[in-house]
Amino acid sequence: MPRRDDLETILLIGSGPIIIGQACEFDYSGTQACRVLRAEGYRVVLVNSNPATIMTDPEFADATYIEPLDVPTLTRIIAKERPDALLPTIGGQTGLNLAVALHEAGVLDEYGVELIGANVEAIRTAEDRHRFKEAMIEIGLRVPPSGIAYTLDEAMRVGAEVGYPVIIRPAFILGGGGTGIAHNREEMVGVATRGLAASPIAEILIERSVTGWKEYELEVMRDHADNCVVVCSIENMDAMGVHTGESITVAPAQTLTDVEYQEMRDAAFACMRRIGVETGGSNVQFAVDPRTGEMIVIEMNPRVSRSSALASKATGFPIAKIAAKLAVGYRLDEVQNDITRETPASFEPTIDYVVTKFPRWAFEKLPGASPVLGTQMQSVGEVMAIGRTFTESLQKAIRSLETGRYGLNCDPAEAEFDRLDADELVQAAAVPTPDRVFQLEAALRKFVSVERLHEVTGIDPWFLDAMLQIVEERDRLRQIGLADMTRADWRQAKRLGFSDVQLGYLWGATEADIRAARLRCGVRVTYKTVDTCAAEFAAFTPYHYGTYEDEDEVAPLTKPAVVILGSGPNRIGQGVEFDYCCVHAAFALRDAGYETVMLNCNPETVSTDYDTSDRLFFEPLTFEDVLNVCEALQAQGELHGVVVSLGGQTPLKLAHRLQEAGITILGTSPASIDAAEDRELFNALCEKLGIPQPDGGTASTPDDAVRIANGVGYPVLVRPSYVLGGRAMEIVYDDTDLRRAMGELALTGSLGREGGLSAERPALVDRFLEDAIEVDVDALRDRTGDVVIGGVMEHIEEAGVHSGDSACAIPPPTLSGAVVQTIEQHTRALADALGVIGLCNVQYAVKDGHVFVIEANPRASRTVPFVSKATGVPLAKVAARVMVGETLAELRAEGLLRPPAEGAHVSVKEAVLPFNRFPDVDSLLGPEMRSTGEVMGIDRTFGMAFSKSQAGAGNTLPSQGAIVLSLADRDKPGGLVAARRFAGLGFSIAATAGTAAMLEENGIPVDTIMAKVGESIGVDAVDLISSGKVDLVVNTPRGRGPRADGIEIRRAAMANGVPCVTTVAAAVAAAAGIAEAATREPDVRSLQEYHRDGQLRLEV
Amino acid sequence: MTRLETALLVLADGTTFEGIAVGHRPASGVAAGEVVFNTALAGYQEIVTDPSYAGQIITFTYPHIGNYGVNADDDQAARPHCRGVIVRDLARRPSNWRATDNLDGFLRRHQIPGISAIDTRRLTRHIRDAGAMPGAFGVADRDTLLAAAVADGGTDGRDLVAEVTTKQPYTVGPDDAGYFVVAYDFGIKRAILDQLVASGCQVEVVPASTSAAAVLAREPDGVFLSNGPGDPAGVVGAKENVGALLGKVPVFGICLGHQIMTLALGARTFKLQFGHHGGNHPVRHVASGRVEITSQNHNYAVDASSLPEGSHVTHVNLNDGDIEGVGTPDRMAFSVQYHPEAGPGPHDARYLFDDFTALMRQGADERVGG
Repeated sequence: MPRRDDLETILLIGSGPIIIGQACEFDYSGTQACRVLRAEGYRVVLVNSNPATIMTDPEFADATYIEPLDVPTLTRIIAKERPDALLPTIGGQTGLNLAVALHEAGVLDEYGVELIGANVEAIRTAEDRHRFKEAMIEIGLRVPPSGIAYTLDEAMRVGAEVGYPVIIRPAFILGGGGTGIAHNREEMVGVATRGLAASPIAEILIERSVTGWKEYELEVMRDHADNCVVVCSIENMDAMGVHTGESITVAPAQTLTDVEYQEMRDAAFACMRRIGVETGGSNVQFAVDPRTGEMIVIEMNPRVSRSSALASKATGFPIAKIAAKLAVGYRLDEVQNDITRETPASFEPTIDYVVTKFPRWAFEKLPGASPVLGTQMQSVGEVMAIGRTFTESLQKAIRSLETGRYGLNCDPAEAEFDRLDADELVQAAAVPTPDRVFQLEAALRKFVSVERLHEVTGIDPWFLDAMLQIVEERDRLRQIGLADMTRADWRQAKRLGFSDVQLGYLWGATEADIRAARLRCGVRVTYKTVDTCAAEFAAFTPYHYGTYEDEDEVAPLTKPAVVILGSGPNRIGQGVEFDYCCVHAAFALRDAGYETVMLNCNPETVSTDYDTSDRLFFEPLTFEDVLNVCEALQAQGELHGVVVSLGGQTPLKLAHRLQEAGITILGTSPASIDAAEDRELFNALCEKLGIPQPDGGTASTPDDAVRIANGVGYPVLVRPSYVLGGRAMEIVYDDTDLRRAMGELALTGSLGREGGLSAERPALVDRFLEDAIEVDVDALRDRTGDVVIGGVMEHIEEAGVHSGDSACAIPPPTLSGAVVQTIEQHTRALADALGVIGLCNVQYAVKDGHVFVIEANPRASRTVPFVSKATGVPLAKVAARVMVGETLAELRAEGLLRPPAEGAHVSVKEAVLPFNRFPDVDSLLGPEMRSTGEVMGIDRTFGMAFSKSQAGAGNTLPSQGAIVLSLADRDKPGGLVAARRFAGLGFSIAATAGTAAMLEENGIPVDTIMAKVGESIGVDAVDLISSGKVDLVVNTPRGRGPRADGIEIRRAAMANGVPCVTTVAAAVAAAAGIAEAATREPDVRSLQEYHRDGQLRLEV
Repeated sequence: MTRLETALLVLADGTTFEGIAVGHRPASGVAAGEVVFNTALAGYQEIVTDPSYAGQIITFTYPHIGNYGVNADDDQAARPHCRGVIVRDLARRPSNWRATDNLDGFLRRHQIPGISAIDTRRLTRHIRDAGAMPGAFGVADRDTLLAAAVADGGTDGRDLVAEVTTKQPYTVGPDDAGYFVVAYDFGIKRAILDQLVASGCQVEVVPASTSAAAVLAREPDGVFLSNGPGDPAGVVGAKENVGALLGKVPVFGICLGHQIMTLALGARTFKLQFGHHGGNHPVRHVASGRVEITSQNHNYAVDASSLPEGSHVTHVNLNDGDIEGVGTPDRMAFSVQYHPEAGPGPHDARYLFDDFTALMRQGADERVGG
């Protein structure tokens, strides 16, 4: 059956902010679905609270709502847009849960909205672990013995019945939140309690642990005619016990015979049919006993998932795109395979390479979190690498991570592991951590056997033997020596995935020496094509990966090419925002007549979709790999240049070396980038321009730092140069603290790995302006010096909270016109002086009406998509065009650059933090960025926009009730303002004696006097919050020092799901939001409406 | 430090690849045959032991071959009949609970030469564009290998079946089975016998040259025509024997058996550019519209325009439109080009074995009724 004609409008629900367990893979799937459905002629209505996504670009849907993802909001949108159908399977667990909630609330029935792609019954059977197990047993598939518990008592009883060790899985969760393993009764108490708390329905499944078994996943698709295909099989290198999102995984499955694989395939189809997924993609997970081959089903996801994004990139088979087509009536055999163009989608991709996915963690940003991997997801991103062999793809994956590693050891960072002896390494490797592969390699190098390592890790010997091959090759290469390397030797080394940096380390030579020697022997990279069919059919899609073979498949360029360097793995501080910029550049430059070439290694992204750019190179973003691609393109035609300023810090770091290697860098010159990054150059620049800066200096030793700090006065802000996301940024209040901070900067974390503190890598020490308002500006400058201010964002939290973690608003709600004007003038002057061509971001602190510049970055910032959504100006597209030499005047004339749609609405961006994943990490905000994602609230007033942003971030503000106020002394004056507003709104106030006295002195009634936390007498804030009688917590840090006083309160708020604000400014904004919400029902308007109204206003 | 034994692969058109010798090392330093490729991700043991590869050198497009070793259960015949294997990487350490040996040891034991470290994607693309062609590989020099490649006659018109068929009839399956089937062994795979037995048949496997009269004298409920190597037109006597059986007894053919059956019906076969060899080919079952993912291994196909009246196409390849199945209800016969028995490959088409038993039941009813 072809396309359904009875549907006109289709509603899509996105997955909301990037959080751990739900990242930009759903931007990829949602964007694909939007494009497909519009191309099919449907009217698409999209709802997502995340402004950083590509899917929420107004051009991808007919009506785009950036609104909180909750039932009341969705109900309003449905009532307004009257969609015929809802496709709930492309927005992750969030989309699926919301669809079920809308069904349960009767909204879908009331408005006659049909669920397509999955039905409620199927979702429930797949998601409810008990029903799922029953269903599997019914169709003859094996599952681990288990039971369900709703209370701790039940949990203990089930645990005894099933037999320890057991795994506890809460119902209706994503990314494994609240999941854990208990080896005995004692451990069970804690794990079960956490699990019950994590499940929205307080239900946990307790099942016999199959830790140590082999873990597999199949990505399957089904159409309404019951045609089923497996898109990809995935084998986890890490055995069961490590969440699949935390595992190194490999496609295709490596160690299953066809007999076993086909049995798994049959089981996956049976599972999908029984669950009742009528059309679309699903992911089915299996565990296999390595001793007997016994296979059990673990779980299935009846929707597009992170694994399906991986499978799509790993095979070239676009699961989300095809799922969207199947949902509107097509059969698999009616959909064409884009890559071969002549074969249908009703086939199973086969590949002739190996794909390795490696997770990226952020433990260095979360002090207190233990870097032990388990059944709960903690990684914030991932990379994928393609090689002709597993060894090659593993080494490429490692160097894609950007953790300062260039492969499986054989680089300076291996010293950390070489310090340990064989037994210590084995012991260390027995515990899964991000370092495990490096420990394994080091152990193999110390002659520990594959058998022993298999025994302690559960990792299949086949994978360990591959690592051993790397070890043996290293030894062989060391013996040969650089001078005696033959062509065959080079080829063998490169085929095993060794990077030039690794070989340089091995032989004590520079990367440049290695490259030159290798090229002299004629060994250069070749690019192969991802074609879904292992070369059986000709491929039309130039989706390439590099390897060392005979034949290169890069076709001649037909137009001048522009390479866009992506942003690599998602991490804290660098995520989907930069992918947004890169994708926009690809679209804009393709329209402008260039052949666009994307280079990136993040499988979750839209940028690595094969039809985003004219060509895609799925490669690590290292100098060697990037230069290889540039040279391969130069061999095929005109390489116009490389865009380095849209992918965050990752590509920026390569700018200099690429330029030195003769590659044209488009946009702002590397020299200007340096001028902005180099503190002394920048200081001189500001001085020349007469732009005030907080006093400060550059320190390469702790003594320097102390000297500077004493000169400018405490508190000071300490940070390394060249950072994104405030890595290792800190506010310190005295000499001792400063010395500690400098020490940490030099030794630990990734800065230490990159070589520590030095004259080349100094730390910046600046006077910290307390209580200043922070302001972010995104601006564009062209080669003629014309500048456009994209947006001036006022932060809600005061300076000192990292801009990425702070809420901010456009237009600025409190800044005076004069201040904004000063800021705009400074921005123009700086952009001019730095010779910016393209985007730049400048941060200011405003204190008592005085404007200080904090820093300027001549590159795209993380706020670019937010500004574009707020104003309707496609900044990244304009920037891309400007970088290839066009002028703002030309782009204005063309209509691409329009004046911002403003004046009729306010947009608030709020950060979303991962603390619920890391219960031992304090949720207090500081100069170190820790948010994983963001949401946006948009409305006609600031209060309502703020209120929506809080709801979007999962912090829905109460309309009434009780508030706990716990303020630092210095926050008391500001707190008074907030308290007065809350009292005026009818909230009852609980405060400690000191705060209460201050409030009552000022005529604000206090209902409850709390004891201080930790005092044995009386009810304290934690008791109060835990009793469920608190609706909002305002807790600001108490003075300086470790700031741990409030941690218990914040933890209690989080555990009990009570919204908590940690700054006075946010409390005042919250009061404004609550006040506004009391006066009117929130309404919903699409971005298209806001932008149109804004434009109309401008024209009037 | 070890440097491995280098070897070359030379195709009949002179295209040369560098690799490393693995598996059996023939004294001549040369292994020759028709070079074909298979795109399956798993199932190399079944593929290497499939008699249909007689006369051919198998290129595996998946780079890692040998990962799970070999075991006693997955062989499709008592020994491999292929001329050699070409891989990108041969696993040196297998890992699987059923593994009893590694693939290299297996190849040595069965005297099958191999070559590793080949850019198998380049080779595959070359065959795709230039067509399957003879080649030779080994440690011999390039000229020797090229000469051997050119000298290899390919598969056209050759009776490779004679090399692989059983010398003596043998029987599998229980005596009390519901159906008695005589199976022509043109190079039969064990998976087919397993499926026939699982469907309730006792099967007597007979040599390819067995006459129709000798078959009918066994009074079978049905006759099965097996897969096998090479050109269907080259199999001496097969077309005539099958022609004499059609209409007298239910017939089911697979792969070469399908081609021979259609030849017997009066159709023609032709050689494909590079054949179908893999486990992912979509086939539409015409009657139901359902798509089956199938295992395929053939270089020849039936010419659609030559199908006689009374026969119809039951299955179509969705990639290239080739005929994948033919039925002649009047003569109680049907056949498929692909491999419903899998081994290796998907199980989507196993229903065909039930169709065969249904046809035999119907045949028996008609005989009783008639």
